[in-house]
Amino acid sequence: MIRFTHVSKEYPRLGLALNDVTFRVNKGEFAFLTGPSGAGKSTILKLILIEERATGGEVRVNNAAASEMRRRDIAMLRRKLGVVFQDFRLLEDRTAEENVAFALEVTGAARDTIAPRVSRLLTQVGLAAKGTSYPRELSGGEQQRVAIARALVHDPMLLIADEPTGNLDERATRGIFQLLRDINASGTAVLMATHNLELVRRNEFRVIELNRGQVVFDSASQPVAPDPTPDLEA
Amino acid sequence: MRLTFREVVLGFRRSPLLSTLSIVTIAFSMFALGLFGLVALNVSRALRGLEEHVEVRAFLAAGTPIETITTALGDIQAFPEVQKAEYVSPEQALARARTELPEFKDVFDANVLPGSFEIKLKPGYRDPVNVESVASRLSNYPFVDDVRYGEEWVKKLYDIRNLAGAAGVVLGVAFAAVAIIIIGTTIRMAVLARAREISIMRLVGATDGFVRRPFLIDGFLKGVAGGALALLMTWGASTLISDRLVSTAFFDRQVALLGILGGGLIGLLGSAMSVGRHLRRV
Repeated sequence: MIRFTHVSKEYPRLGLALNDVTFRVNKGEFAFLTGPSGAGKSTILKLILIEERATGGEVRVNNAAASEMRRRDIAMLRRKLGVVFQDFRLLEDRTAEENVAFALEVTGAARDTIAPRVSRLLTQVGLAAKGTSYPRELSGGEQQRVAIARALVHDPMLLIADEPTGNLDERATRGIFQLLRDINASGTAVLMATHNLELVRRNEFRVIELNRGQVVFDSASQPVAPDPTPDLEA
Repeated sequence: MRLTFREVVLGFRRSPLLSTLSIVTIAFSMFALGLFGLVALNVSRALRGLEEHVEVRAFLAAGTPIETITTALGDIQAFPEVQKAEYVSPEQALARARTELPEFKDVFDANVLPGSFEIKLKPGYRDPVNVESVASRLSNYPFVDDVRYGEEWVKKLYDIRNLAGAAGVVLGVAFAAVAIIIIGTTIRMAVLARAREISIMRLVGATDGFVRRPFLIDGFLKGVAGGALALLMTWGASTLISDRLVSTAFFDRQVALLGILGGGLIGLLGSAMSVGRHLRRV
């Protein structure tokens, strides 16, 4: 479903962010993307969302080469990918319901299907009672639930979570993580970038570890030593 | 479409100050365009008024038989360039000279002035080339002594008209470009104020066209509002000038409507420019 083959990404001023990265994420899989700040986690997520293009190698998302996609194809692809961020990225002047509905409206969903879908999604993330609350009236965990509900509006094949628990306390973290597991159990693949090693250790999911733009460990394959030129086939 | 309009209204409600500022800015840049248009309109009217006076006169030899004159007049009236051709007999010329120049009333003797043809050309044929062509055809008549049409004057008038036209186009385009840039900048502020929303729209899979649409409508409406305000200001200025200084002509209804629509078009272009640039970046 997601396939990186010898991918590199170089920024004009910042230098090499990814160097010869190869891995794949399969349908229905749950994978952690770990590593210190600046290791390249966010760059990988941006390449999957085609917010950025690779400078070398090939990125394939949903069996299509990212480099060949036009802007309209990218918009269509993003409807198959859900994404949540550490800072939630909700619209402050809209209620929880409106934030979720927004994702449906801007992609041209039929008007009469929006309300029931929003209500179903808010129920799924445990926020049925808070639909009319504004983000500032919700806790961090609740805001992230709204963001997750928004990410699920198109029944994505993959949910990308960029440090989704980074701003949350332990209890909220547990709740959000459980929600991501439930989503994964219903068939959606989840790729979660995180710093939270405790969370990674406690759960037996696949771990892809990055350091300085390279994959230094992938639990789905042989462990790879942090060699400057490792064989990275996953 | 309903959603697009909701976004437009929401955009205005969320930042009324910025929106008002945009409209006022557009109005002032269009006001400059309007004032310039007003000057251009009045100059062109004045020139057209002068052109009305372009006239060709053919003086006839004394003793030309009236039958010859009548036949020739019929021919001349059939020239494609000719709007009106009249024969002025020596007696009529004398009577006219006496009324127009009363101080020389006694100087004029009978038969001192020749008979003539006075020819007015159709609009569009009053340029030097056509005037000269008519004049040369007239001088081919053996009984025509002399043809006068103020060639210097016609040429100068025509040059001024061309210059005014060219200056009008250049300045008009320049003012329109300035208006587009100003509108582009104000819309850009609106785009930046909603950058977060745009990035979310794109992340959830909204197409560029969808993201762009409310901004284009916003730009168009602001352009129309600015254009209408500018028209009002131009009308005010024109009225003030007419009252205090010199009587001026104002745009007719179609031109005024065109001006407002032009404002809308400029708003549309300006916002297309801004949103396009923003979308290329994200």
